[in-house]
Amino acid sequence: MADETTSTEIERYSYDVVVIGAGGSGLRAAIEARSRGLKTAIISKSLFGKAHTVMAEGGAAAAMGNVNPNDNWQVHFRDTMRGGKFLNNPRMAELHAKEAPDRIWELEAWGAVFDRTKDGKISQRNFGGHEYPRLAHVGDRTGLEMIRTLQQRVVALQQADSYEFGDPEARIRVFAETTITRLLKDPAGRIAGAFGYIRDTGKFVLFEAPAVVLATGGIGRTFKVTSNSWEYSGDGHALALLAGAKLMNMEFVQFHPTGMVWPPSVKGILVTESVRGDGGILKNSDGKRFMFDYVPDVFRAQYAETEEEADRWYTDPDHNRRPPELLPRDEVARSINSEIKAGRGTPHGGVYLDIASRRTPEYILTRLPSMHHQFKELADVDITKEPMEIGPTCHYVMGGVEVDPDSAASSVPGLFAVGEVSGGMHGSNRLGGNSLSDLVVFGKRAGDGAADYISALGAARPAVVQADLDTAVTEALAPLRRGEGESPYAVHAELQQRMNDLVGLIRREDEVKTALSDLEKFKERAAIVAAPGERAYNPGWHYAIDLRNMLLVAECVAMAALERQESRGGHTRDDYPGMSPEWRKVNLILSLHGDKIEMVHQPIPSLRPDLLDLFEVSELKKYMTKEELAGHRQAAALEEEH
Amino acid sequence: MTQVSDPPARTRAQIKERTLRTDPWWNRGRVVATLLTIWVAYATVRVFTGHWYFAPGYNYLTPFYSPCVSGECVPGASTLGHWIPAIPPIIPYAFISLPFVLGFRLTCYYYRGAYYRAFWRSPAACAVREPHATYSGETKLPLIAFNLHRFFFYMAVIISVLNTWDLVNAFWPTTAVTPDGTHLTHGFGFGIGSLIILANVVLLWAYTLSCHSCRHITGGRLKHFSKHPVRYWIWNQISKLNKHHMALAWTTLTSLMVTDLYIMLVAANAFPDLRIFN
Amino acid sequence: MGYLAKLRVWRGDAGSGSLQDYKVEVNEGEVVLDVLHRLQATQASDLAIRWNCKAGKCGSCSMEINGMPRLGCMTRMSTFTEVETLTITPMRTFPVIRDLVTDVSFNYAKAREIPSFTPDPSVKPGEFRMRQEDVNRSQEFRKCIECYLCQNTCHVIRDHEENKESFAGPRFLMRIAELEMHPADEADRRDIAQEDFGLGYCNITKCCTEVCPEHIKITDNALIPMKERIAGRKYDPLVWLGSKISMRPKSKGTPAVPGKR
Ligand SMILES: Cc1cc2nc3c(=O)[nH]c(=O)nc-3n(C[C@H](O)[C@H](O)[C@H](O)COP(=O)(O)OP(=O)(O)OC[C@H]3O[C@@H](n4cnc5c(N)ncnc54)[C@H](O)[C@@H]3O)c2cc1C
Ligand code: SF4
Ligand code: SF4
Ligand code: FES
Ligand code: FES
Repeated sequence: MADETTSTEIERYSYDVVVIGAGGSGLRAAIEARSRGLKTAIISKSLFGKAHTVMAEGGAAAAMGNVNPNDNWQVHFRDTMRGGKFLNNPRMAELHAKEAPDRIWELEAWGAVFDRTKDGKISQRNFGGHEYPRLAHVGDRTGLEMIRTLQQRVVALQQADSYEFGDPEARIRVFAETTITRLLKDPAGRIAGAFGYIRDTGKFVLFEAPAVVLATGGIGRTFKVTSNSWEYSGDGHALALLAGAKLMNMEFVQFHPTGMVWPPSVKGILVTESVRGDGGILKNSDGKRFMFDYVPDVFRAQYAETEEEADRWYTDPDHNRRPPELLPRDEVARSINSEIKAGRGTPHGGVYLDIASRRTPEYILTRLPSMHHQFKELADVDITKEPMEIGPTCHYVMGGVEVDPDSAASSVPGLFAVGEVSGGMHGSNRLGGNSLSDLVVFGKRAGDGAADYISALGAARPAVVQADLDTAVTEALAPLRRGEGESPYAVHAELQQRMNDLVGLIRREDEVKTALSDLEKFKERAAIVAAPGERAYNPGWHYAIDLRNMLLVAECVAMAALERQESRGGHTRDDYPGMSPEWRKVNLILSLHGDKIEMVHQPIPSLRPDLLDLFEVSELKKYMTKEELAGHRQAAALEEEH
Repeated sequence: MTQVSDPPARTRAQIKERTLRTDPWWNRGRVVATLLTIWVAYATVRVFTGHWYFAPGYNYLTPFYSPCVSGECVPGASTLGHWIPAIPPIIPYAFISLPFVLGFRLTCYYYRGAYYRAFWRSPAACAVREPHATYSGETKLPLIAFNLHRFFFYMAVIISVLNTWDLVNAFWPTTAVTPDGTHLTHGFGFGIGSLIILANVVLLWAYTLSCHSCRHITGGRLKHFSKHPVRYWIWNQISKLNKHHMALAWTTLTSLMVTDLYIMLVAANAFPDLRIFN
Repeated sequence: MGYLAKLRVWRGDAGSGSLQDYKVEVNEGEVVLDVLHRLQATQASDLAIRWNCKAGKCGSCSMEINGMPRLGCMTRMSTFTEVETLTITPMRTFPVIRDLVTDVSFNYAKAREIPSFTPDPSVKPGEFRMRQEDVNRSQEFRKCIECYLCQNTCHVIRDHEENKESFAGPRFLMRIAELEMHPADEADRRDIAQEDFGLGYCNITKCCTEVCPEHIKITDNALIPMKERIAGRKYDPLVWLGSKISMRPKSKGTPAVPGKR
């Protein structure tokens, strides 16, 4: 039996493109690569159709203008930039805003069944930070619809191959419950393959491929209170670092304002923003609708000042300003945090989210069926009768692999990144609904990018170096061979708690420093974790392997959080509460050298003049320095003021 | 080079117990089996009795003998005439309708599920292993014939019309002597019996209209509801009724029995019908 | 508030296995999955469980709790008494991989045989116009999280392994219904629903509906309407008469996709 547990046998496969991740972005990339005629593998840690995207609720943002015809890509672009506090890569935000409608319509042609408007088009709903109703949705299970549609599209392509080649897996195959632990390169530094293990059997597997698309999602499992699942151990971020690619914006972690707070076992589970989009309001324990006190100056012009105006907006958005509950997530999360800190929280340490007193039960049941179900089943709360108790929860990482906006290529030849694991698109804070559309827009581009890369590559394929493969095997086997050691579960639980406490929603220099020194200790402990048992489906072993990734990612987050001395979007420094135009010009870029993470400041790409002109100069000057605005159509106005 | 080793053949978890359920899962099956048996026994006895099926004067005909078209049917009961000569009741008087009434219920989606569970025990309850070695469901004869439910539905509609005709008669007493010897004036009039028959007929209609076949025919088979707003409206109403199909299946069994029992007792002069108007 | 729950968990793999006893702490508001995780973290680090979202959205954590097929993450401990012993076993219908994890590839194979969504090729993306009332039915079925609890519970394959070949199970018969009711789909899957996917095996005993965590009315809204559509094609006397009179040739149904079974 010892033989079997430590066997180094490797299954080998050869593909043109290997997509790591079967969420929205991975599937979309794979579909594109396959449609370009490439032999494509999709790899996923979980079963096919269960990737994290399935959990997305609210919707996918696309300026189709079905509900409000005034909407167009320019407005969407503006909203995205504002939401990200102008730290977004403008080219990505532009491509996203322009292409999202086509990608959503394409889903419909593949069988997605979105909710409809009266005239039979795709219905769109309001969401925080979006000026017009923009989110294509299906009740509050939009992610499920997206992933099922893409899954069924993959199946349709397989059926085409069944007819053509008699083998459904001739050109696209899904390797479910398979975890990649290392990317492999050829001596020239180009991607040559990916190595991992099959969870079912515990066997090792090597995929030889010149192009790898990372679509592994986020890092939320590094934090205690999170809406994310076990899959989110930052694998893609770590794989990219280890392969020599660069991460950016890692200090920006989105804490969603509304996670469940009670009972303890469900703490962190998401309460969709649609509750607020559909009329829900936030109240403290005094019954006060407190968000009016927290509208920041930069948003003052777009948000209502009285409850009456806010309430009128739901029916007459053209003549009233938005309720402050619909401010971008970072603002709402911070406000809730302040209320709780000031002692105006609920018994279980949250605030109230109330839709019961504002909408009829029928309305709530049709618009928010799965929220109703979730609260009923998990907390014994009937949201048509009682308010919910909610608080901030770690939700999304804006940071990720630095990529070329048009092709999703990273700095490592042959390595692409897309979806939550990529960086730049959302700046310092992502707007709700912009992720699902991001997945399909850049998923398609990554598939194209990989295809173009392969055709440029010609016949000569990069080859895997045997020594690297051996190292990967040894590394993966280590926790199993160790016999005695720390429990990976214990190390993970403590890591989550420390990150939550010290590098969470609100950060301070001394705390982040403590976190960094703690991380060193965690690394030592992680080096001696042991996973008793066999190879086949041994979760202890899987956890032990994931720890490496979580620690790398945690360190990146902490380092960048310590460095950036301002507060912006998903990064709030108690000791530097303001936003600084100087820091806006900087991206923090992280890379791995030996086993040390290095961080450099890199200037952020400037806005093209035509994109700059989409904004009023009066708004831009809140974010940007005067020099940056020199090219603006209203630059003269700026001069006069001074 | 591609090395693919086939995964070892896998088997199910070997668990001996027929079920690990700890709740009284057998209850429902027993109750259903008992109630259905009682009903079938009662109905069989009644159908072949050949007595006390019609209360003259009041004009109450029990649904078990409707339409009464056998030569033996007493005057007043046989409003549709005699279709065969008088023969001893090895053939039920309502031979023309009973096979369809029976067939309708036998092929009803609800009853099928109910007796497969209660009598055939496939399955006796969810996640409880069934006792049969093989199973082919409704793919072969005889069970495949249950697909004829649609046909029985059409017949059931006709029979419901006949039941409605009986109902009209029950509100139109004649001058014939009633079992208890009273004389009613010919014309509109009703008693408790009429109301019971009314309730029964309303319930029978509700059961018949809530049928899955009806739901399909009226609108379910359409792909585009929006192009047929009227049928969509009807489908919605039928769907609402259909949600209660199981409840209606049981209440109609009860109402049939109550109606028959009442008419039997009045016909046998156990007590006179309580008249409300004439 | 916490107490020690008595658990009997099936441990083993394809070869063999048995129920093993554990005592695990339970706190207020917890679900079965929480307790299994605690068991994993404190006593059995290699206990295999499949899970993902822990919010009833992904359909990974299907298992049998006291003999009833359920989602571990949506079964609250408060539905059981503190003194009773909870028996937790893997889904019975599928081959076991290890402990509570089963091989559900049967389902993916079936999914691949059903002809996909087939819209009118002349309708371009963005041009679809469908009314809410036309998509409601398909939307109900698309709530499915593919937990396969219905597949696991259906006696047609749970108690008769040999029927797996000819029966696709409620989840996939419902998928056929979803496409048949999709206002923009143009294929006709009625014949194959009966002949290749075994709709006739279903004896409408509704166990699939009983266990569906999404509360989809599988039998009433998908399976029976499909049976009715097939009856309409094959067994309806009026339809038959109509087709005889008009002499219209019967349209041919879409064939099933050849599978690799
Ligand atoms: C509760 C919740 C609600 C949300 N609601 C919305 C919303 O309404 N609108 C919106 O726009 N966004 C929403 N989001 C965000 C959005 O869902 C995610 O950002 C997005 O789905 C990420 O998709 P992805 O394709 O990047 O990766 P995922 O869908 O997360 O997929 C990651 C894939 O990578 C695989 N993987 C990871 N590591 C490895 C490895 N080492 N080896 C092999 N495979 C690996 C995983 O198994 C998985 O298949 C929500 C998120 C959450 C948690
Ligand atoms: S109703 Fe049909 S499909 Fe559903 S469990 Fe029963 S036999 Fe299986
Ligand atoms: S229909 Fe219900 S029970 Fe069946 S797989 Fe879907 S969600 Fe699960
Ligand atoms: S009568 Fe029950 S379904 Fe038709
Ligand atoms: S873990 Fe996703 S449904 Fe239970």
